[in-house]
Amino acid sequence: MMRYLPIAVFIALAVLLFVGLGLDPKQVPSPLIDKPAPPFNLPELRDPTQRVDNKALLGTPYLLNVWGSWCPACRDEHPVVVEFARRHHLTVIGLNWKDDPATAMQWLQRFGDPYSAIAVDADGRTAIDYGVYGAPETFLIDAQGIIRYKKIGPLTPDDFEREVLPRIGVKS
Amino acid sequence: MIRTCLLWCLLCFSAAAFALDPMPFKDRDEELRFQDITRELRCLVCQNQNIADSNADLARDLRLEVFEMMREGKSDDEIKTFMTERYGDFVLYRPPMKPSTWLLWFGPFLVLLAGGFLLIRHIRGRQRARAEATSTAATPSTGPDDPNEMIP
Repeated sequence: MMRYLPIAVFIALAVLLFVGLGLDPKQVPSPLIDKPAPPFNLPELRDPTQRVDNKALLGTPYLLNVWGSWCPACRDEHPVVVEFARRHHLTVIGLNWKDDPATAMQWLQRFGDPYSAIAVDADGRTAIDYGVYGAPETFLIDAQGIIRYKKIGPLTPDDFEREVLPRIGVKS
Repeated sequence: MIRTCLLWCLLCFSAAAFALDPMPFKDRDEELRFQDITRELRCLVCQNQNIADSNADLARDLRLEVFEMMREGKSDDEIKTFMTERYGDFVLYRPPMKPSTWLLWFGPFLVLLAGGFLLIRHIRGRQRARAEATSTAATPSTGPDDPNEMIP
């Protein structure tokens, strides 16, 4: 029994480290899941005289998509968001994070604009409230204003099919 | 994404080359307190750095946030709570003591204890074997297949 102990310890450690290899340190789980979405009231990108207030969004589930025209991964993700928003009539709110409004507008003209509203987070304060540490990041917020899911990095069709649509009761 | 991270991390390594944005501190005490707090907080962009050293854009925003909270008279704990509510315990370089982190805090000591226990058992076992060996060697051999039989 004792003879096999060192090999058993070694195997246990090897398994532990092997599992560790598969974890992505870039994916930090959000403490905000199942908590109310932090309030924001920000200017609308396409019409700065208007405000985007997330209290007004209660009653329908929506995606809050954090993006910037300076972010290459957002460009990769964008066609997927455009496609799923159109196909399933999803409400997608943009959070334009520390971006130049003029460049952001050009970006939307070039790549499409799936957003029902776009809040301008010029100083990054709202992004900090949401625990954003990179772009793109997307939150799924339910009709009661509770954050139900967060995706760090570009949304894929798979994420929509498996995570987003089931949570809002849409049959894909 | 990966390229941006690599670029950041390369930039982070050259941190010594340029000073970070200075804050308008009232006095030396405030500056020291600011450094203490920001050193305890991990930068999520460059994960092996704290926000005191990191040149990531987000780290700069968070430094400003810490500075403003200090000016509002918030305590160190309040500032750390603000950060963990948004980014999780991962932002703290010193993880909090709670059931889910007990293993993290006490695991190494448990391993040390277990190792010590096994070592003592092993030494005692050898002593016993040696004692048995000397006692059996002193008595005439019990049979031809006794492993402890002395060669005359």
